[in-house]
Amino acid sequence: MSFTVPANLEAEIDELITHYPVKRSASLMLLHALQEHFGHISPEATQWVAKKLGLQPINVHELVTFYPMFRQTAPGKHQIKVCRTLSCALGGSHKLHEHFCTKLGLDPHAHGLQTTKDGKFSVEFVECLAGCGMAPVMMCNEDFHEGVSNAKADEIIGGCR
Amino acid sequence: MSAAPTTEVKPAPPAIEKIKVKVDGREVEVPKLTPDWQGKFAPTTMLQACDIAKKDVPHYCYHPKLPVAGNCRMCLVEFGTPALGPDRKPVMNPDGTPKIAKSPRPAIGCATPISPGMEIYTSTPGVKQMREGVLESLLINHPLDCPICDQAGECKLQEYSVDYGQSASRFVEAKVHKPKAVDLGPRIMLDAERCILCTRCIRFTKDVAGDDALGIVNRGSYNTIATFPGLPFDNNYTLNTVDICPVGALTSKDFRFQMRVWFLKETKSVCTSCATGCNVLISSREEKIYRYTPRDNDAVNGPWMCDAGRLNFKWIHRADRLKDVLVRGQKSSWTAALSEIADKLKQAPAGSVAIVASARQTNEELWLISKLKTKLGALSDSVERTGDADKLLVSADKNPNTNGARLTGICFSEMGINLPKIAAGIAKGAIKTLIVFGEDVTKHGISTELLGKLDTLIVSDILPNATTSAAHYVLPGCAHAEKRGSFTNTKGRVQKFLQAVQPQGEARAEWDFLHDLVYNVTGKNGFLTIEGLFNEMAKDVPAFNGLTWAGLGDTGVTVKI
Repeated sequence: MSFTVPANLEAEIDELITHYPVKRSASLMLLHALQEHFGHISPEATQWVAKKLGLQPINVHELVTFYPMFRQTAPGKHQIKVCRTLSCALGGSHKLHEHFCTKLGLDPHAHGLQTTKDGKFSVEFVECLAGCGMAPVMMCNEDFHEGVSNAKADEIIGGCR
Repeated sequence: MSAAPTTEVKPAPPAIEKIKVKVDGREVEVPKLTPDWQGKFAPTTMLQACDIAKKDVPHYCYHPKLPVAGNCRMCLVEFGTPALGPDRKPVMNPDGTPKIAKSPRPAIGCATPISPGMEIYTSTPGVKQMREGVLESLLINHPLDCPICDQAGECKLQEYSVDYGQSASRFVEAKVHKPKAVDLGPRIMLDAERCILCTRCIRFTKDVAGDDALGIVNRGSYNTIATFPGLPFDNNYTLNTVDICPVGALTSKDFRFQMRVWFLKETKSVCTSCATGCNVLISSREEKIYRYTPRDNDAVNGPWMCDAGRLNFKWIHRADRLKDVLVRGQKSSWTAALSEIADKLKQAPAGSVAIVASARQTNEELWLISKLKTKLGALSDSVERTGDADKLLVSADKNPNTNGARLTGICFSEMGINLPKIAAGIAKGAIKTLIVFGEDVTKHGISTELLGKLDTLIVSDILPNATTSAAHYVLPGCAHAEKRGSFTNTKGRVQKFLQAVQPQGEARAEWDFLHDLVYNVTGKNGFLTIEGLFNEMAKDVPAFNGLTWAGLGDTGVTVKI
């Protein structure tokens, strides 16, 4: 599979690199730009960034695997993010997460992002979404939901279908 | 020690200020600066001061020949510095000693520079508790299965657990399971669960080997050493990461699960794969060699060696090794063969004998051959071997003892120029007898047809080849691991090596039977042991004057070449 970056995106990236005294410092910005465009960061994208910045692929791969918000494979069409920081953890976010997983046929105990086989839904835990007063809170794509009960969760899934 | 001549350019040791510090109450004087991993002078650290004071400070990530990372926290110690009053003058105790202000926090020994009057405490209850804490946290996700781990017996985690570990784990949560038996490259296997993330391997391969191939992927308790998927960890120095790995994470595919390390006998030796002469330890058990590991020698290889040299020992155990003394194809005995050869050589007219010796032979053997050469007025030479060199250790000269062959007069500085002359001499019929040691001359301009014209062909070798099969006399020799001797490396360092395993079959060390032969032919005697032989040679060969076998020590002496 060949990996090509459109000319306008590459121009944007070249400009991004000039913001930093050391090329390597632009790594994260390049990864964000590529993820925004392609939806995830493939191994080819990692190699492309390494070449662009004069690094070894492993140097970029370390970053991609360190930050959970960088996707190494395409996430689902609808991304469900359940907060698990303190207030939400106390407010039942682990049960909510388990509910989503069971409902969508995913393993609630697996580590990291999980995507349904049909590629429609991704479920993951995230850290604080700044809605502590109305725990548990979650996001579905760009929409924010507070005080999510199991019934409300089902509604959210239903709204996506 | 002998007053041997040396070519090493030793810069006058820079005057380094000494400062006094106290380690566990004992005052020691330590240099203010100490060479760092690249040999540049850097402020001496608490860990180095403790080392000078002979106080062991446990550590994982610190390695004297790698950049300091300071990530394992095992070398945490407590310390204090002389207290200063508001007038910036030292505050004194009533008894006149300076008052020490103890630091409220510990510091890592490997990265904290010392200062005058500093006091370091390595054995307080606090320090012990910190070591216990660090160790317990390292063991959270580490499997507790030392009996089936290949590193057992040479594992820092195991050793420090004996000193600071707990008898039982308090960890009741589920362990994170990381990948096992990960194929990192053609020679390296990783068990990620055993890794303690000290990053020694990453620093070695990036900063020493110059191949930035390893990194840490994922995060938190899922941290794992890895290469970029699809790019194997494959440079010529990968196996050094196995040596410096303090735990059982990185293992050599060649050695893993072959032998428990506590059964291995370690013999000090020298690698023979090129003219660098890296110092090695040969690990063997019951006459079988299991591995080579590099042996520290800052004048030659530091703590490293290349993978190619390290794995180049399998041929020693080849089944087709020459094991019998053969006279015209028939099995014979050493006594019979040697006296027959001696008689022939004594009768040979001057100029009718030629010698091809190998620059893979030891200084002592080459010197003995040079005695024969002088007595018989023989033409002699050796065979050049060249290959690729690199910036770190590998030399382009693949003979371990080229300089030995030159210094003992077996060949000229340009090796191999006499070979065509020898070939021509045989063709003309002027040369009737050829003595060959450790070389297949049919590959170097003296064809099998030419060998057929000789009256006498005396060959000593280790493995069979076209020359040994054409020989009238075959004298089975020894690999360096089966005998003692010395080599002179590319920089003129004379280094001795010791015997790890017994010779195979009837084979004898070349110096041993050469001694008999030289005695029979020339009447020279007085060197029945390798020590005596070396010392005799050192008196005779100008470049070696002043050297003694004992004076070579474990790391050798550099001579003028």
